[in-house]
Amino acid sequence: MLAKIMSLFLLGLIRVLTGSQARWHGCPPKAEQRIYFANHQSHADLVMIWAALPKELRNVTRAIAAKDYWTKTPFRQWLTTAVFNVIYVSRDRSTDEDPLEPLFEALEHGDSIILFPEGTRGFTGEPQPFKAGLYNLALKYPNVVLVPAWINNVQHVLPKGEVVPVPVLCSVTFGTPMQLGAGEERRAFLERARAAVVALRDV
Amino acid sequence: MYYYLKNLTPTQQIGALFVIVFGLLLLASVVAFLLSVRDRSDDPNAELWQKELRSVDAIIRTSWLMVFVFWVGWAAGDWVALTLFGFVSFFALREFLTLSPTRLGDHRSLVLAFFVVLPVQYWLIGSGHFDLFAVFIPVYVFLALPLASALANDPLRFLERNAKLQWGIMVCIYGMSHVPALLLLKFPGYDNRNAFMVFFLVLVVQVCMVTQHIASRRLKRPPVAPAISQSFNWRSWSLGIAVGSLLGALLAGITPWVPGTAFAAAFIACVAGSLGHFVMKALKRDRGIPSWGAEGRSVTGAGGLLDRVDALCFAAPVFFHSARWYFNL
Repeated sequence: MLAKIMSLFLLGLIRVLTGSQARWHGCPPKAEQRIYFANHQSHADLVMIWAALPKELRNVTRAIAAKDYWTKTPFRQWLTTAVFNVIYVSRDRSTDEDPLEPLFEALEHGDSIILFPEGTRGFTGEPQPFKAGLYNLALKYPNVVLVPAWINNVQHVLPKGEVVPVPVLCSVTFGTPMQLGAGEERRAFLERARAAVVALRDV
Repeated sequence: MYYYLKNLTPTQQIGALFVIVFGLLLLASVVAFLLSVRDRSDDPNAELWQKELRSVDAIIRTSWLMVFVFWVGWAAGDWVALTLFGFVSFFALREFLTLSPTRLGDHRSLVLAFFVVLPVQYWLIGSGHFDLFAVFIPVYVFLALPLASALANDPLRFLERNAKLQWGIMVCIYGMSHVPALLLLKFPGYDNRNAFMVFFLVLVVQVCMVTQHIASRRLKRPPVAPAISQSFNWRSWSLGIAVGSLLGALLAGITPWVPGTAFAAAFIACVAGSLGHFVMKALKRDRGIPSWGAEGRSVTGAGGLLDRVDALCFAAPVFFHSARWYFNL
């Protein structure tokens, strides 16, 4: 109940602040299993892309969040589990288990996922190089559709270290789905994926 | 008919006005709809006609929204009207600043602008601090915001960034807030009919803008400043002003003025509004965009609210202060 209220509140807030406009440029919103991957500049990215999805897809689409950061306080943990139903990934490699294990689980279960392949928030306009996770997922689940997305302007809403968000119009542009080519190398694929995201900036 | 209306109480008069306006809008919508379903497939100008019709349709829809906002504001009291106009300011400023990129160092000043300056300005109006509300932004905020930006320790394009922010606040908050401020002026012998003044201002400016728009389409005169606006020329501009001012004189019955003074007031509002709109066009050219909304296709998702209300933002302060000065309020 509380989680429902919180999600409605956040949706309303993000609409007033950013307009939360979704631009389906390369593909329509569709109930198929997808991996959305986008640039990452602000905490608001997660809420933004989540709000841009239609309500029906929102329930089956789960974002990835860093375990160490998002479970630090009870409130953060509650927000990410009860409201967003995220998949936690641990950033430290101390354990033997594959850090992507929770993602495999979610994909086996049929959920779509939202991934920020840069791994952390960037500060320049250009996205940082993508991490290998996207490649590994694409390799293991060739049937899942990979959709690039560009989140525009969000870094102005809530820069790192600030608490009060300011209203700026933002948009999420979803591009044409891409696939891992037969025998395509990891580095080449990641570079192509990054280029696909950056290309959406100017459409 | 005229005497019947004259003998109603002010509340009934305003109610009747809204009935008339809603009726006219309904009529316009029906006509536009009927025109749109008419088959024109064999007409070579079909494309052009469609475009024309779409722009008329957009104007009608904006008018619906505006009248609806006024009606809600009037029916629910001054504070609700102030809140509604506050939201219009908020969304207009959001559009303005989205297209005037800021740097991270401006974050604090932006927070101040949206969440302190805007509410305080509307609160000053609501609580009747007329002297303070007229100088609050040009005097106090003028210093406070650059200070917040300077404390952020980022000198890159400092003047440019702050000028943009100041401009946005002057147009979207200061200008816009003068519209509902008319609701709270105490005109002598004009008991509680201030909603008429707002209506007068908006209608006169809106009619002037529409006339100018249509005239520039029909007259095809060479533009005065083609790099800024392809459509602005003095002939259609004067036509718009003339029609707006004459309408003002005709509407003198709903203002506290005689027709001559109402004509002058409408004239002032129309001149300020249409020239302000022209200035905003220059700003848009500077940003390299045709409109703040770009027909809903822009990356920013701006809806083009500012395109519709910018004339009003420039007309309202001038109109407000002329009226105040005239009555020595």
